[in-house]
Amino acid sequence: MNKHKRITKKEGLALLKNSDLLGLGEWADGIRKGLHPEKTVTFIVDRNINYTNICINKCTFCAFWRDKEDRDAYVLNKDELYKKIQETIALGGTQILMQGGLHPDFDIEYYIDLLRSIKSRFAINVHGFSPPEICYIADKSDLTIKETLNILKAAGLDSIPGGGAEILSDRVREILSPKKIKSSSWLKVMENAHMLGMRTTATMMFGSVEKPEDIIEHLEAIRNLQDRTGGFTAFIPWTFQPGNTELGSKGQRVKGSKEGTVPDLRTERSEVVEPGLSPHAATAIEYLRVLALSRLYLDNIENIQASWVTQGLKIAGVALRFGANDFGSTMIEENVVAAAGVSYRVSMEDIIRTIKNTGFKAAQRDTYYNILKEF
Amino acid sequence: MLAKTKNKVLSGKRLSKEDAIKLFETDDIFTLGKLASYAARKKNGNKAYFIKNIHINPTNICVNRCKFCAFSRSKGEEGAYEMTIDEIIHKLRAMSYELQPPYSEVHIVGGLHPDWPFEYYLEMISRIKKYFPKICIKAFTATEIDYFSRISGKGIVEILTELKRHGLDTMPGGGAEIFDIGVRNQLCPEKLSGEGWLAVMKAAHKAGIKTNATMLYGHVENYGQRVDHLLRLRELQDKTKGFQAFIPLAYHPKNNEIGGTYSSGIDDLKTIAVSRLVLDNFSHIKAYWIMLGEKLSQVALLFGADDIDGTIIDEKVTHSAGALSSKGLTAGELINMIKKAGKVPVERDSFYRKLKVKSQKRDVNE
Repeated sequence: MNKHKRITKKEGLALLKNSDLLGLGEWADGIRKGLHPEKTVTFIVDRNINYTNICINKCTFCAFWRDKEDRDAYVLNKDELYKKIQETIALGGTQILMQGGLHPDFDIEYYIDLLRSIKSRFAINVHGFSPPEICYIADKSDLTIKETLNILKAAGLDSIPGGGAEILSDRVREILSPKKIKSSSWLKVMENAHMLGMRTTATMMFGSVEKPEDIIEHLEAIRNLQDRTGGFTAFIPWTFQPGNTELGSKGQRVKGSKEGTVPDLRTERSEVVEPGLSPHAATAIEYLRVLALSRLYLDNIENIQASWVTQGLKIAGVALRFGANDFGSTMIEENVVAAAGVSYRVSMEDIIRTIKNTGFKAAQRDTYYNILKEF
Repeated sequence: MLAKTKNKVLSGKRLSKEDAIKLFETDDIFTLGKLASYAARKKNGNKAYFIKNIHINPTNICVNRCKFCAFSRSKGEEGAYEMTIDEIIHKLRAMSYELQPPYSEVHIVGGLHPDWPFEYYLEMISRIKKYFPKICIKAFTATEIDYFSRISGKGIVEILTELKRHGLDTMPGGGAEIFDIGVRNQLCPEKLSGEGWLAVMKAAHKAGIKTNATMLYGHVENYGQRVDHLLRLRELQDKTKGFQAFIPLAYHPKNNEIGGTYSSGIDDLKTIAVSRLVLDNFSHIKAYWIMLGEKLSQVALLFGADDIDGTIIDEKVTHSAGALSSKGLTAGELINMIKKAGKVPVERDSFYRKLKVKSQKRDVNE
């Protein structure tokens, strides 16, 4: 394989299926060094604000959604929202990541009001509404995706998170999230956003029911779109977390677990619920392999994020030598992953220390990867 | 930079102190990992071992106050506990199904209890052996052996011989910490010295008891002190051949007097790899997942480790100091971790003998 040429789908598949991880890591580490020779690893101080957990999609891998009637269903009121933003700014935060369920009663007016009321009060970047939400808003208000994005942008939306991509393969989406938008819609939202000058990220959730071919299909789709638009700032691979989800627990969704203790589903995981689903979460070695391959495959995306939320700080630190150059967000609040039973309580100091102990300089950045503060 | 060391490893030459320090200092973790993998493969092929085991900590009451320890309590202090032998037997039986224990080894370590006589430990061992004759008993660190000698007035050799006669099979490698006296004075001034630890192990090996060896790293020590520790173990192993596995233990900073930080994942991997390369006379390097975390332990299998310990069930000591790992894993989870690392899982007994494949198969499907 020519290491200076773009990796083909076939080559990518071979690297994913049977390559030596240390060799792959070394290669990705070299590419990362070339792209980011300054030996700095960045992170953003932001807060995840989930404005509602009521969702009509009910994806099988998700532990966060509720029905409107559920006793722990919620819609955040404005006072709570403002308080969360104030706290974020007080902690040096520059961005809020605003995502929520697809609420059956909201149309675009709700979102316009939400954005305007934030923007008229706070100087903060609103990184909000992943493609499934954008498509849902468009649908509810009978608008095109482009119109919807234009309106939201005018109301104050700055950039779009890359969530909801899961695996961009409709075969996999049919199992994971049959009601969620198809791959083409996800890509269409991102393409339109990029055309309007909005930057977005891209994610990939793996380790559920996908095959290696699906991962390659995903990377290929992202790379192709980036060739056309250049609008992705970063790629974020992360692993499916089986706790408290329909997909991870024999179809027995554990409702209301947010209020009680999160049950340990470790012992229950051995039941295979969906065809092809491994009873185990993706291991660290699989994570590092996909991460390294992502760095190599996505030669047109500048930043690759390590996922400390799903991997813990030790592996996230190791990931900095397997292709990652960014530590993502400090996640002042993370409701969604915590609901699936994974909860690493991590402070900004922990993140800075991990970056430094791994041999890098640590720096806070903004949404667009401009360095704000070095530590 | 590592070319000279690399040649030494590939030609089977022993590494020097300088080589080892260079390996710790290198930024080239990939070459380090590949060399350690090469060394591991020469010893154990593509195998990675695990064991079904259970931990029993009979008491947390301890006369020592090691500064890195979050487990120990004084007698009468809140949270202090002591188990009767009946309670220990009950716990072991409660874990068993129709008297078929789901483990092949009991790992017993505890505090240095101010009142328990040596006879109590002998009775503990012999009663466990009586109830579970097929289970291997791996018990008491060198620190405890030294303490038994002091409270009973018997010599180390006599203590070891009596324990063995009552059913002790092997000994764990705890209490080694870092041998260097300066580090030891900071960490655990009351504890058995490095020389004392090595002397107990030498006596155990002579008495026909196989043991492990450990090193607690990531607190106040430097690379030179880690290497000195490894070299002293290598020297004793040359003489006795009694060590089975070396287990580097990552320091945990919570609920103790030293504080500080968790070791980085890269440091953990380096320590595993350097240990594999320096300890050329040790058959096994263990990535103890309780202390490294499940995820890092799996990656350690690509950096020279060939053992990830076991199912454990109810670990207490490291969890007192903020371990982020689970308290136990199923055999199925261990097997999956090993297979996904591209290694061949081998369920072993306390002496690294392969257990029957049939029982492994059943457990995977449990």
